[in-house]
Amino acid sequence: MISFMIVLLLVCSAAAGFYNLTWEDISAAAVSSCSEAVQLGIFLAGSMALWGGLMAAAEASGLTKKAGKALSPVIRLLFGRLDDTSRNAVSLNMTANLLGLGNAVTPTGIAAVQALKNSPRPRRNIAVLIVLNTASVQLVPVTMAALRASHGSAAPFEILPAVLATSFIAAAVGVSTASLLYAGVEK
Amino acid sequence: MNFSAMIVPFVIMLILLYSAFHKVDIAEVFTRGAREGLHSAAALVPMLVLLLTAVGMFTSSGAADMISRLAAPLAEKFGFPPECLTLALIRPFTGGGALAAVEELLTRVGADSFPGKTAAVLMASTETTFYTIAVYSAALEKKPDGRIFLAAAAADLTGFILSPIMVRLFT
Repeated sequence: MISFMIVLLLVCSAAAGFYNLTWEDISAAAVSSCSEAVQLGIFLAGSMALWGGLMAAAEASGLTKKAGKALSPVIRLLFGRLDDTSRNAVSLNMTANLLGLGNAVTPTGIAAVQALKNSPRPRRNIAVLIVLNTASVQLVPVTMAALRASHGSAAPFEILPAVLATSFIAAAVGVSTASLLYAGVEK
Repeated sequence: MNFSAMIVPFVIMLILLYSAFHKVDIAEVFTRGAREGLHSAAALVPMLVLLLTAVGMFTSSGAADMISRLAAPLAEKFGFPPECLTLALIRPFTGGGALAAVEELLTRVGADSFPGKTAAVLMASTETTFYTIAVYSAALEKKPDGRIFLAAAAADLTGFILSPIMVRLFT
């Protein structure tokens, strides 16, 4: 499916290349993007090492268990019964999302999908977790508020209720769709 | 004082101080976790090269502008600001590109205009969906199938449709 999306992107680029005659830009992007990808990998390596280390410390000290307890009603609702390891991993990822921790979201998310491989109904649960991460449920839209402020907005945080409503409903739609599509998938 | 600037350092301090207080050997445990983090990051790079090359070619080709020009009349009919169409099209693929698009839009139409607010809400309530799915799939041996794209697309589409509606309702 990822391969299909890549093909779709390339076909669209080719069509636009012929129509807009943007071949020079496309060629420059192809040459520079691959190096940017490795640079992004190096950047991610730093933050994944940092948050991987912090996650290990939080796990060893019992802090993740506390976060897991606090979020357990929500996790129960979304994933059903989970073992302690998966529940802690999922709760860390949700906390990182809600706080808008940016760099911590990917490492905690990867830890969570790997823990969910051993949960009951792994395919469905992994899908639900990924959809939750793509829907970006964040309590305070910090980046956007800052950007609005820098563009002279009278009330940068005015968008807060609209953002919350939109992202919660979008996440709910995504999770329901995933649950429906994977209904009856046990493995 | 910027409250949001406190979140990250506060979380880092909380975890490390709490662990030290509970007699965890921070140096030992942290480096073990950090090593695993480095390994997963290294495993991601090949996927990132494929993904970012394709996305880079797509965004530089002007395809998003072309599609949004075609879709503009339809969007307007449904009350979706046509200025935000390009943003909605590139949002699932590139976080940095989308942020640049919002920046450009806010400069052009103003932060407190209707399209400006819609762009901010759309940006804040959605994610780089395609990138997220690809990265998480790269970390799994058993790749997720097409259904996950459908579910994520349903969430994204809901976000796009609701953004202008919620801006009208709440601001």
